[in-house]
Amino acid sequence: MIGIVGTVPDDNFPLVHGKIEISGNEIKIKNQSVSINRCTPALMAAAINASKTIKCPEIYGFLVGDTGKGYGSRKLYEFLTKNLSSFDLDVLTFHYLQPDVDWHNKVLFAVEDMKKRPVLIADAGFMYAAKMSGQALSYDFFTPDAGELAFLADELAPHPFYTRGFILSTDEDLPSLVKRAYKHENAAKNLIVKGKTDYIVKNGEIIKTVNSPSFDAMEAIGGTGDTITGVLTSLVGAGFDFVKAGEMSCICNRIIAELTCPTPATQVAELIEKIPDALVRILDGKF
Amino acid sequence: MVFENTSEVIRAENILKKTGRSVSVMGPPPEIRTGCDLVIEFPLIEELELKRELSKNNIFPIKTVPVGSGLLEPVSLFQTKDFGEFLMVRAANMKITISKNDRKIVNISGGGCPDVPYLAEIMTGKILEKAPNPRDLGHTLCGYALQLAYEEILKK
Repeated sequence: MIGIVGTVPDDNFPLVHGKIEISGNEIKIKNQSVSINRCTPALMAAAINASKTIKCPEIYGFLVGDTGKGYGSRKLYEFLTKNLSSFDLDVLTFHYLQPDVDWHNKVLFAVEDMKKRPVLIADAGFMYAAKMSGQALSYDFFTPDAGELAFLADELAPHPFYTRGFILSTDEDLPSLVKRAYKHENAAKNLIVKGKTDYIVKNGEIIKTVNSPSFDAMEAIGGTGDTITGVLTSLVGAGFDFVKAGEMSCICNRIIAELTCPTPATQVAELIEKIPDALVRILDGKF
Repeated sequence: MVFENTSEVIRAENILKKTGRSVSVMGPPPEIRTGCDLVIEFPLIEELELKRELSKNNIFPIKTVPVGSGLLEPVSLFQTKDFGEFLMVRAANMKITISKNDRKIVNISGGGCPDVPYLAEIMTGKILEKAPNPRDLGHTLCGYALQLAYEEILKK
């Protein structure tokens, strides 16, 4: 089973966990429905749409409402700490959660108590907490964008907001940021650095780059990083080699752009619906 | 001054700046960091006055820590990208994009804290000048970064 953990931007959304299904522009979990246009539901929808083309284990969600006050995130952290050991998960992806180092550490302890250790993927707020905890190497994948890579590379920054100016990234110096992030053990074993050129990194070495087709508008569209992490989650769950899974998720994101012809006003839901077709093309070698 | 949460820091900063105080929002010293924090830096000599001002507004810092140096400065660089019909401004890890002809917010992206999708939902589709202000509704550093991007794009 694949687990995806995150939040929904609604304080009234209860803590729920269960199999996730997609219906139009919403995902359904237990008896709750939520739009796929933002946040963790976008990642979940991308993972589910990827699973329409590739065979992967059932996708199970852990969701709670949080609009930034952190109450929902803490409830979910507590639930995971107490209950993770009873789940049998092949992959566990953490996403939009209020970064909190103490809770992060408790959740990581709970993961270590699971009978089988899942592949661990961290993105967004949970990745921030994972880096700040000093335990980045416990993770199999981080999926930062270029700005977040600079944050990982800055050994002093507790959040991307405090990345020191001399470290801030330009496309040319991304390889040096990768080196610096690994030097201070602030990167996971594998990275996908999402940007104009995507980098797939294994143990500090850039193994693959993906840079075409390229669509500038994707940078402005909220959720286009979540789609990469969602597709990656399903590909890893399906048993693809990590580097191959990373490369395919990046190519998939570019093909969904090609199929959508996005402008900076495009919403991510339009892109997510193209994922099954994009993966068919990749598997057929038509890219 | 250290507060219970980032929302209180943002409220305190608003109040103190409105009364002309010279304060800065900074990153906390390592020993009191939890993950998504801000503190307010101020001249120590003004502590009593500032606390009085805040208490009038029902805001009470949980502690005051003297620091000589070592506070982290927020990112202050902005990147602007012109897409022709659209304009995007990035501050730290947050991006806001508007349509140039009607100044409507068309996308908000980046960030990792849970108020980002909430702010995106509330602000997207609104005219920039009439949209809710991230400073009033955000609670985290990502929300604060979006406020900076929002202020920058207002100038364009």
